[in-house]
Amino acid sequence: MKQPSSGAVLPLRARARRRSAGNSILLTSGLAIALAAVLIPFYWLVIASTHSSAEIFGSPPPLVPGDHLGENLSSLQETASFGQVVLNSLLIAVIYTVCAGLVCTLAGYAFAKYRFKGSNWMFGLLMLGLVIPSQVTLVPLFKMMAEWEWLNTYQAVIMPNLALPFGIFLMRQSMAALPDELLDSGRMDGCGEFRLFLRVVLPPMKPSLAALAIFLFLFQWNDFIWPLIVLRDNASFTIPVALSALQGVNDTDYGAILTGTAIAAIPMALVFLALQRHFVSGLLAGAVKE
Amino acid sequence: MTTTVTKTRPAPAPQGKGPRPRSRLTARRLAPYAFVFPAALLFAVFKLYPIGWSFVLSLFKSVDGVDTYVGFDNYGRLFRDPLFWTALKNTGTILLIQVPVMLALSTGLAVALNSAFLRARAIFRLGFFLPMVTGLVAYGVIFSVLLNQQYGLVNWLLSNVGIGEVPWLTDPLWAQISLGLVLTWHYTGYNAVILLARLQTIPGELYDAASVDGAGAWKSFRHVTLPGLRPAILLTTVLSTIGTLQIFDEPFILTGGGPDNATLTIGVYLYQNAFTYFDFGYASAIAYVLAVLIGVLGLIQFRVLGDKS
Repeated sequence: MKQPSSGAVLPLRARARRRSAGNSILLTSGLAIALAAVLIPFYWLVIASTHSSAEIFGSPPPLVPGDHLGENLSSLQETASFGQVVLNSLLIAVIYTVCAGLVCTLAGYAFAKYRFKGSNWMFGLLMLGLVIPSQVTLVPLFKMMAEWEWLNTYQAVIMPNLALPFGIFLMRQSMAALPDELLDSGRMDGCGEFRLFLRVVLPPMKPSLAALAIFLFLFQWNDFIWPLIVLRDNASFTIPVALSALQGVNDTDYGAILTGTAIAAIPMALVFLALQRHFVSGLLAGAVKE
Repeated sequence: MTTTVTKTRPAPAPQGKGPRPRSRLTARRLAPYAFVFPAALLFAVFKLYPIGWSFVLSLFKSVDGVDTYVGFDNYGRLFRDPLFWTALKNTGTILLIQVPVMLALSTGLAVALNSAFLRARAIFRLGFFLPMVTGLVAYGVIFSVLLNQQYGLVNWLLSNVGIGEVPWLTDPLWAQISLGLVLTWHYTGYNAVILLARLQTIPGELYDAASVDGAGAWKSFRHVTLPGLRPAILLTTVLSTIGTLQIFDEPFILTGGGPDNATLTIGVYLYQNAFTYFDFGYASAIAYVLAVLIGVLGLIQFRVLGDKS
């Protein structure tokens, strides 16, 4: 770019451009500092998971990776059978995602694309479930699970949240965008209603389904209070429950706990990074519309 | 592909003519019920029924496993229970201080993320959303170690600039501040993304018109951005209010409600009554008061922030 001879004769546009470059640097570096502050806990988590408890609480605290990861992992395995715990978390989250995905998608489709008696008040009731705090149902649900002898089982964690109001809401919002003509032409081709759903409705919904799946998986993977209540036996714990149990004991091994925390958090962060476009856009499709 | 086939086919027979179309129509009428059925059944069993049951429970007092009907005594007890008031006050403090600060930050962040001046926008958008993906327990653990008074990284960093040990989790006031900071860390990016999506629907011509009228950055923010953001601000406010009133995981993991009950929230108190003291009747009463509180606050927010339409 040509160097302007003096400020007074600087063309207006060049001046604006120069100012915008300044703004750009200012804004970008300001946000970069804020982002660094937000991400430091993640960085530190990865570092801490490779150190022993003594090193983590040493002075100065560790800022680069150590060599204690193996010990931390075996300590996790010994004190909390962490292999089993991770398996529990994975299985529960996967089964939940598939089943809840099906339940929510079917219901969302019915609410979006059919007019039937009772649909309005049914949908209203479901949305009430979105507003009523889950704590209201904790005690009776726990009693139910105890009575059915479901404590410490996968189904106790999975079943109560299958008809997730938010999931149904999300699918209804996305399905509403599907053109009715598409469904009608499918019907004229002789599709039965269920085949119509499988062959005509689902394929174009793939991005929304991906968003729903990510949301459901994250929800279940991170869920804490309900699993904490119904899982009472160490071997049935999910990762968050096991972590909180480890934290409660005397002489807590923080190296091991932080390694477990990294196992809980880092894969989710990576999955999210890989699929974020679906997640954010799908989540917002429902949220922003009036 | 489907359309070409449609053209070659005759239109479906008029209603009631022949058995096939009629059964088709019946199938079409019944299909939505079949689709909704699993959700409706599960919702009724695992949500509606427990909601009703917990109300019944709230009318009983259980002593040593024996339930006796006490009417609304549990609710009366709530009003006389100083700990409940403490929990209510703590939750209210978060609601009145942390939530507005966080939403202001989220709005600022959303505007910044939407700014044409920003470089590497995708990275920022991802990075700020990342805390949301982290489970409550996971980040509770992270922060309880980071904020450790003697050995935590945060106090070590502060000591390097000459600031003495801050009792992040052991002093009542600092514990409340820490809780607020952690909540802000977790939810600011999420709210910013909701606001950002709305921001992108505000037409650029509005800003052009504002600048033609001589509006500076602040004026166009006040008169174009804020009104345009209104529905998203309503949404994030309502979501944050519901979330805050139910807040449980963060104080439970970070401080267990302490020190000196400074971070005892309604959610934590409810949990303690139900699953530490096994006083289900009282816990249910707390849950119902909480539900009513959420309903009332939600309605007020819709009235104040929502459009007349």
